[in-house]
Amino acid sequence: MNEIKQAIKTIRGRGIVIRGNDIDTDQIIPARFMKVVTFDGLGEYAFFDLRYDEEGKKKSHPFNEERYQGAGILIVNRNFGCGSSREHAPQALMRAGIRAVIGESFAEIFGGNCTAMGVPTVVLSGEDTGSLMQMVEHDSSLTIEVDLPSSTVRCGERTFPFEMHPAYRSALIAGNWDSTSVLLSNVDSIESTARRIPYLCGFSTPAKK
Amino acid sequence: MSVKRNLFNTVWDLHKVGTLETGQDQLFIGLHLIHEVTSPQAFQMLEERGLKVLHPERTFATVDHIVPTASQARPFKDRLAEEMMQAIENNTARHGIEFFGLNTDHQGIVHIIGPELGLTQPGMTIACGDSHTSTHGAFGAIAFGIGTSQIRDVLATQTMALSRPRVRKINVSGRLKPGVYAKDIILRIIADLGVNGGIGYAYEYNGEAIHALSMEERMTICNMSIEGGARVGYVNPDETTFEYIRGRKYAPREDEFERACRFWREIASGEDAEYDHVFDLDANTLRPMVTWGITPGQAIGVDERLPSLRDLPEDQRDIAEKALEHMGFAERDRILGKKIDVAFLGSCTNGRISDLREAARLVRGHKVARSVRAIVVPGSKQVSMQAEREGLPAIFQEAGFEWRGAGCSMCLAMNPDKLEGRQISASSSNRNFVGRQGSPLGRTLLMSPAMVAAAAVTGEVVDVRDFGEYGQ
Repeated sequence: MNEIKQAIKTIRGRGIVIRGNDIDTDQIIPARFMKVVTFDGLGEYAFFDLRYDEEGKKKSHPFNEERYQGAGILIVNRNFGCGSSREHAPQALMRAGIRAVIGESFAEIFGGNCTAMGVPTVVLSGEDTGSLMQMVEHDSSLTIEVDLPSSTVRCGERTFPFEMHPAYRSALIAGNWDSTSVLLSNVDSIESTARRIPYLCGFSTPAKK
Repeated sequence: MSVKRNLFNTVWDLHKVGTLETGQDQLFIGLHLIHEVTSPQAFQMLEERGLKVLHPERTFATVDHIVPTASQARPFKDRLAEEMMQAIENNTARHGIEFFGLNTDHQGIVHIIGPELGLTQPGMTIACGDSHTSTHGAFGAIAFGIGTSQIRDVLATQTMALSRPRVRKINVSGRLKPGVYAKDIILRIIADLGVNGGIGYAYEYNGEAIHALSMEERMTICNMSIEGGARVGYVNPDETTFEYIRGRKYAPREDEFERACRFWREIASGEDAEYDHVFDLDANTLRPMVTWGITPGQAIGVDERLPSLRDLPEDQRDIAEKALEHMGFAERDRILGKKIDVAFLGSCTNGRISDLREAARLVRGHKVARSVRAIVVPGSKQVSMQAEREGLPAIFQEAGFEWRGAGCSMCLAMNPDKLEGRQISASSSNRNFVGRQGSPLGRTLLMSPAMVAAAAVTGEVVDVRDFGEYGQ
């Protein structure tokens, strides 16, 4: 089987700051760009309606700023990625060059989708997020290091401890974030579980153990 | 067996295959629903890896997001939409998955057809690549919205890796007053607990007011759990649930149905079930709700004023400021009397027969305001056919509404139904995000179908309790 197994431990890159709480996946990729049968080419549509006006003219947005071109680490505030479950959103970010996202909190489905693509979502306190945002806005050439084994973000002289969903962290470090092969290795247990589920056997087994 | 267990934990444990190295549980998925937007890449990933669908009989497919609602003739005018249609037709045929396409009587929004067909049942784990999968929780199932990589996992293994959330009981006491609906309950809950208040939680909706609701009303509430951050929302199954399921196409029959009811009663949370958190709400205090901003949590009672920025908690000011700017509203404005351009009745939140009946009851004998474009989009072919049997399309059309074919329509603008420019819509859907209804400058006011009907007629936001027969 053609499986993906790549340990993701330390990600280095320049930062890009997008301020604001509750940035939903409709902002990250408007639905009209999801009329596709592959994820290829989604990168150019990331934050499209925030980057371009009705006539296609560039608006002021971090993704349009020269100094942030080539940045790989996105820094955001609270509840980032809320709303629709569309994996097209993190796919668009990844294809626009984003390798890790640092923020105050993430919507649940978005965090899971990122992990399934090998993109860590790490959580800093509100204060530390603010400090990191200021540092990067002040000097966009700074290198940020997201280090999963030590659960820290390093930037310049500063080191910020982060929190992360423990399962996501261990899956990325172990390189088994692409879950299909792990799940499929338990195929016998899958079938024995199915045999004890009442609605799969005419409701002739008890509900509770 | 502990009597203190809630339904969520009972159902979770029943489906638990094991614990993975990461600490997540591997959970068997009893019912998998797919649609045309989020599944093609998952099939592509399977094929790249040479994997097959492990249990094709546990997956069901339909088309909803991209389907035009004016003419559904093939091939679609939109080449990209046609390509997506062909992809799901080919994928389901190749993998032996049952597909409810446009040429069947059961096509419709995936969260409407599952319950309608009796596929959605209490005690199941349900997954679908759509965040509004929480809808199916109305039956006492635990139902998750998932991304495309997880669709791949479910297709290949009939399981998913998941972390067990905490469970919050939302206890709604009392009874709804006339003119106040299920939509108002859930908009109030999201306004109170916040759009991120449910992250890491499953919501159990319980209490007198919830159990007095019909299944369709319970679906409206569970549907919007995700708008409050909760990936899962559910209601314990009761006699209302069983009666809804009885006799449906995929429901258990005869003796098996009786055994099923016993199982369904057994899994419901007991009176003394334990929760990680409890939130209380009194239905008697509720009024019709309207959103004024760009998140579903920015909602107020129809007779209230918009907040002033300085009265809001500091962490809500930034998004409130953005909302006021986008909406063109001012602090302390009244929401009553705001003019609307479009009225949209439909969506997986409120596109069911009872929603259309209630709206039709209110618009009968009235005309849609001249400045308003009003459309009614039944959530499924079955809803549409039932409405026709009851004469609802004629009532809507006489009032000046357009009557459409089944689909997601203007809820998310992946089809020709879209707002234009800065149009403002009174919408029975679930999201008021910037651009959600198809125009980057478009504006959305979420409300109950009855409130949408009243707004369509008057051309502005009105209190449905003062409208038509309520106001007499």
